[in-house]
Amino acid sequence: MSSTSLRPCGDFRTTYKADQSLFPTKWIFRWSVIGLLVLLCSPLLVDEYIISLLILVGIYGIAALGLNVLVGMTGQISLGHSAFFGFGAFSSAWLNTTTEIPVLITIPLAGLMTTAVGLIFGIPAARIKGLYLAIATLASQFILEDFFARANWFTGGSSGSVAETAMFFGIPLDTDIRFFYLVLFWTVVSCIAVANLKRSRDGRALVAVRDHYLSAEIMGINLTKYRILAFGISSFFAGLGGALFGHYLGYVSAEGFTIILSIQFLAMIIIGGLGSVPGAIMGAVFIVLLPEVMEALVSLVISSAPIFSGLESGKAYIKEMSIGAAIILFLIFEPDGLAHRCGQIRKSIKLYPFSY
Amino acid sequence: MNWSLLSQLLINGVVVGMLYGVVAMCFVLIYKSTQVVNFAQGEFLVLGAWVCLWLVVDMELHFAAAFLFTLVFMTIFGIILQMVVLRPLIGEPIISVIMVTIGLSIFFQSLMNWIFGNSAVAFPQVFETQSVELFGLNIETAYLFSLVISVFIMLGFFYFFKYSRYGLAMRATAFDQQVAQSLGISVKSVFAMAWAISAVVSGIAGIVIGLVNSVSSALAFIGIKVFPAVILGGLDSIIGAVVGGVIIGMLENGAEFVDGQYLHWGNLYTIAPFYILIIVLMIKPYGLFGTKDIERI
Repeated sequence: MSSTSLRPCGDFRTTYKADQSLFPTKWIFRWSVIGLLVLLCSPLLVDEYIISLLILVGIYGIAALGLNVLVGMTGQISLGHSAFFGFGAFSSAWLNTTTEIPVLITIPLAGLMTTAVGLIFGIPAARIKGLYLAIATLASQFILEDFFARANWFTGGSSGSVAETAMFFGIPLDTDIRFFYLVLFWTVVSCIAVANLKRSRDGRALVAVRDHYLSAEIMGINLTKYRILAFGISSFFAGLGGALFGHYLGYVSAEGFTIILSIQFLAMIIIGGLGSVPGAIMGAVFIVLLPEVMEALVSLVISSAPIFSGLESGKAYIKEMSIGAAIILFLIFEPDGLAHRCGQIRKSIKLYPFSY
Repeated sequence: MNWSLLSQLLINGVVVGMLYGVVAMCFVLIYKSTQVVNFAQGEFLVLGAWVCLWLVVDMELHFAAAFLFTLVFMTIFGIILQMVVLRPLIGEPIISVIMVTIGLSIFFQSLMNWIFGNSAVAFPQVFETQSVELFGLNIETAYLFSLVISVFIMLGFFYFFKYSRYGLAMRATAFDQQVAQSLGISVKSVFAMAWAISAVVSGIAGIVIGLVNSVSSALAFIGIKVFPAVILGGLDSIIGAVVGGVIIGMLENGAEFVDGQYLHWGNLYTIAPFYILIIVLMIKPYGLFGTKDIERI
């Protein structure tokens, strides 16, 4: 059955291999390849502004993937993800300026440095969980933010630090289009890495810890190890995304990594779908596009009904409010996120005339 | 050692700490009775302060009348919020509940910035005298007022939970929702009441802090500062909230003293409570008075 392109209703997979395949159907694989090809050609198809949005989607998507490993797969809430994101940005810039290692190499190295920090801040997770852990990560957010503002040697203090342009065999990746390919590369690598993690023994252990930690422990899963490991993995991706972000902007300042960004990361994975790889990317797309859509919507309202011209001054606030409102509305009406909704739509198309 | 500065700071610490305690109490009240962690507590404070300020300045009401109107407004606000946003989420996993209150916090923060503006506005002169002399120390009248209000609220809470019928219903609901429901308590109205009380008392705290400093969106940070206080005191203990609040308030000012006199780091004042939070979570996760969470398989 698994050889047919469309799965019949219900799961008829009979082997472990079929159950764990990276692409459950051939069509998902084909669409992924087509999507990747379209993205590779996208600089020819769309203008530079869309490319810059795509870069942001990629960067945020990588960080959201990391957070999804922690929150979606392991069930540990982190309110300090943007601090790790920021740490990655600073460490890549710092490594590059102090040791002269090329930027392309410092980006993953920054991910590793952030992993170390994430492991340290993950230690409380060995003892506490749920709400208490959320509050502990909230504290780590403020402590790291304070560190960014104070550690002049590392971050340049309040004036921030300069992140050099990445060089690819002598070609500076200084335009959006060139940088886009670097981000695309890392996004694809991260997606495949997380999707693979979900199929591996460690990934299943993480999911077991989420579903019922006592049962997991009885089955021989080392809770402490996997809880801290989840923090490590998630901060690796946060650091990777942060490093890309820093080199994209060319300048890293401590003000950029506040709790608001942490909340946006959480919003991405909740809107996209907890524990789902395409969900994290969809959530990143949603959060990046939301302000743009609101901007267009406000302009539309003003142009069609000039009575509402007062909205013009409140544009910035409307954008912020829309993020809060999106979180609330999604949690009330679609708690499983966009990825789940997509699955539903696919199913209903497949079963179209007879929905039962 | 600058003793007079230290004692002044510690007195400030107690006053601010009492206010933290009041806000922490509101937080614990919601957590205990509805199992919701309210990340939007800070926004309640700001909302109360802005509404009262708006009534005083733009509507030109007397301060006392504005105060009362604000209380009525906050009651309705709390009930509506619970009914519209929180009720559909009963029984959802903890992350959903946390995220919904965070979403509320973002939403109201930007809404209030839009309506009331970004800049800080001071209350017009409410008290005749600026400061009073007490035991040789100079204390601002607003501080004294806030201390009195805090003690008054705490006594009110004590009386409410100990003797009133509704307080008893709330304690019963906090103890076991199903048992409470089967004994004829309307759990729905208890939930609504918890949010209403919490919103009202936070609103009062917001007005008081607005009187002491000035009203701005920065007040919302107190909603974050509450976390060290409640963790120190224990998440589900009302007494713990007060004790934790006072300790955090004093500690904060103590940190400012150490910072200003010796270390010169600059912002130990805001960050010290969070170090304490981490330490408490590592050593004694259930705080000073919290009940230990024992899980049966």
